Amino acid sequence: MTDILDTPKAPEKSRFAKFWDGDFAWSFRHSPVAIVATLVVAILVLSAIFAPLIAPYNPFDPSSLNLMNGFTPPGTPNAFTQETFLLGTDDQGRDVFSTILYGMRVSLFVGASAVLLALIIGIVLGLVAAYFGGWIETLIMRVADVQLTFPAILVAMLIFGIAKGVTPPEYRDEMAIYVLIVAIALSDWVQFARVVRGAALVEKNKEYVQAARLIGRGSFPIMFRHILPNVLSPVLVIATISLALAIIAEATLSFLGVGAPPTQPSLGTLIRIGQGFLFSGEWWILFFPACTLLALALSVNLLGDWLRDALNPKLR
Amino acid sequence: MFAYIVRRMFQSVIVLLVVGLVAFSMFRFVGDPIDNMLGQERTQADIDRLRGELGLDKPFPVQYFKFLQGAVQGNFGVSYRQGRPVSTIIAERAPATLELAFVSGFLAITMGIALGVFTAIRRQGIAANVIMTVSLIGVSLPTFLIGILLIYIFSVELDLLPSFGRGETVMIGNWSTGFLTSSGLKALILPAITLGLYQMTLIMRLVRSEMLEVLRADYVRFARARGLSDRVINFRHALKNTLVPVITITGLQLGSIIAFAIITETVFQWPGVGLLFINAIQFVDIPVMAAYLMLISVMFVTINLIVDLLYYAIDPRLRVDARAT
Repeated sequence: MTDILDTPKAPEKSRFAKFWDGDFAWSFRHSPVAIVATLVVAILVLSAIFAPLIAPYNPFDPSSLNLMNGFTPPGTPNAFTQETFLLGTDDQGRDVFSTILYGMRVSLFVGASAVLLALIIGIVLGLVAAYFGGWIETLIMRVADVQLTFPAILVAMLIFGIAKGVTPPEYRDEMAIYVLIVAIALSDWVQFARVVRGAALVEKNKEYVQAARLIGRGSFPIMFRHILPNVLSPVLVIATISLALAIIAEATLSFLGVGAPPTQPSLGTLIRIGQGFLFSGEWWILFFPACTLLALALSVNLLGDWLRDALNPKLR
Repeated sequence: MFAYIVRRMFQSVIVLLVVGLVAFSMFRFVGDPIDNMLGQERTQADIDRLRGELGLDKPFPVQYFKFLQGAVQGNFGVSYRQGRPVSTIIAERAPATLELAFVSGFLAITMGIALGVFTAIRRQGIAANVIMTVSLIGVSLPTFLIGILLIYIFSVELDLLPSFGRGETVMIGNWSTGFLTSSGLKALILPAITLGLYQMTLIMRLVRSEMLEVLRADYVRFARARGLSDRVINFRHALKNTLVPVITITGLQLGSIIAFAIITETVFQWPGVGLLFINAIQFVDIPVMAAYLMLISVMFVTINLIVDLLYYAIDPRLRVDARAT
């Protein structure tokens, strides 16, 4: 049996091999920046996902904390307990390395969810505006224009402030993360809507859409099954760059004290805490979270830049 | 031209009305002002009386109109947290923010244009490449990290400049200025750099790319062929033609300087309007938030309007088009 199945035929390339030989992968293999950025992002994301396995301590478990360990410098044993911490400890004796891992989880979760939400809102509104036109389009794009005149971070702050006023005080800490996601997403949807609308306006008049309409498909299947796949690639590029911006926006809001609560610190919250110890010489509490944030934002940004160049046929 | 201005102003008024509606809805729906103003021991009669006095029993449009009336006259009610009129608090804080924004805006524009021209002319030079690389880092660094970095270098390590506050200020009428004392000027340096750096890199990169485009144009080549000096070509012919997009972006960036001042003011504990706003959010002080929102949108809308009109004044081609149609 096996003989028949294995009869020599032209070696069929696997899907992966095809992809590997394609233009996209070629430009990836020839861009050292993209490779390094991908590596950094992969390492950071994986270590954030597996934080409970990697982190030597659980910084949110009060029983594992020992106040005597407070302010241990990185790599040197503590004067009282003789314990050593890779990146030192903060004022409460929490291992900085572990808090960074857990903080990165919050940062990435908020950033990714916010971009995803903004993406969904932007795609739906952009498609609807382009496909239906008329007063719906005018309304959506006017709102977008007005919102665009204000900096995104300001819009996010306002939404956060309003939401904080609406939620009852006992739920504020729990809700803060989700409020943050919604605030960043609502401050960020405009660019997706504009790009999707622009691309969809072109696609809308092409023959395949007319054909789909002729055979009687409804408006929504045409919008999402036919037009959407064809406008997705510029959206993906913006989404990547948006992710870097969303991570920075989250860090900024948390740094200002209007973001992630101290019970669920993100990288921004950690930097906020660390800033207080800058003058007393405990630099590591601030330094390592700041470096992590920088590495994360910079590498996602570089990846986005590369993606933009790689997907843009005009630049080749 | 006149019709255009009227249309633009009409749009601006609509935007302001919408923002006013948002600000007003915050008052109306986020928390009950009565709860905030009356203490624990209150009777239903007290509540009804205060509700009547404040006009909260009137229908929504009437209340909105009254709110707008107050807002136009600069009356935004009383801060829940400080118990003083919001307009007074903002008037106290405004000079700090405006001085900071002015200095960093000035810094961003002058340095941005100068460096942009320099990097465009000396494209292959080492200095230009160093500046471009540094600017890339400057764009990716979040503002608050730049501020912390500057504090660490100049305040903690070198102990040259103060890390927080405005230093000594002098009152001129109702305006407290930090320009006249040496400690006030010293305190201004780090916040102004922090706030202006991002805008500076943006302007610089824009000027550079526009300059590179223009320097390739035919008329620059002809100017060179005519034997004009480099200085005349670069500044009289090339730079002038890059200014239209630069002015648009710069104008819009001036608006974001005010908004980003929130971050800088928090890092440096600069007693301005931005710090006030952040504290208002933390304590859900709705009147302050609403007033700040109105104030900043008036500012943004005005800046946008001025930029649009400037555009018109600077680019003669737009005027010709308008006349033709």
